Amino acid sequence: MKLIATYLIGLVFGVGISISGMSNPAKVLNFFDVAGTWDPSLAFVMGGALLVAFFGYKLVLKRPAPIFEPVFNVPTSRVIDARLLGGSAVFGVGWGIAGFCPGGALPALGTGNVDVLVFTAALVAGIFLAKGLMAASARRQAAAA
Amino acid sequence: METEFTPLVSLAGGLLIGLASVLLMAARGRVFGATGILAGFLSPSSSTDWAWRAALLAGMVTGPLVYLAFAGDFPAIEVPVSKAMMIVGGLIVGVGVTYGSGCTSGHGVCGMARLSPRSIVATLTFMLFTGITVYVVRHVLGM
Repeated sequence: MKLIATYLIGLVFGVGISISGMSNPAKVLNFFDVAGTWDPSLAFVMGGALLVAFFGYKLVLKRPAPIFEPVFNVPTSRVIDARLLGGSAVFGVGWGIAGFCPGGALPALGTGNVDVLVFTAALVAGIFLAKGLMAASARRQAAAA
Repeated sequence: METEFTPLVSLAGGLLIGLASVLLMAARGRVFGATGILAGFLSPSSSTDWAWRAALLAGMVTGPLVYLAFAGDFPAIEVPVSKAMMIVGGLIVGVGVTYGSGCTSGHGVCGMARLSPRSIVATLTFMLFTGITVYVVRHVLGM
């Protein structure tokens, strides 16, 4: 029951992404191409999502706990460091090259499109590469201490 | 490649993305960040943790099929870049979102909606760098 509900929540997201144009690299890249073939549509995706999430979260987070779990598990860190800035900048470069972000690509896997498969495989490789690099640097720091 | 300006359907898609984020918070107390959900699915901390991520991802992947049932066609995926750029871009995105702890959905929607300073800074940073990259690729390198 909980898993079916979770599946349906994923489905709402997947339909939203499909409608929005976030899984269309041509549209995504045009949003950023202000100097060329600019298409401002994605501002409406972001605006609509933020509108619902901003007011929805206010209502939901007033409750003592979520429906299926004992506690809310939201990120609490407020640290703005080089890792956050550098990682986000690197993500931006990759998004600008490929035109897919993770949330746009994952639902699009359902279309069987080859470019989506290629991007997602590279995305997964990149995640493991970064985790490996982070673990290696943590080991070096532990050894130096 | 020109694309049609679609404010209403894009807004409708955005409203559904926001709704899914609110529902996931209400049901499981989690932010709907594609990066975090995928990373936790690939390296799960427990079988129950893996199960809800798998269910959520299965729902996400079914989205285009429901779209197909209503619209009569899959959502458009027009790719103006080469396969090599897809691979390089995908790798770079994977590294960036792991170090940056999130992407457009996690920071850009869920984090910004919670007014998280980290997410606001992250979102402004990646939007800026995506814009610079698109400018360089299209108007400096002419690709």
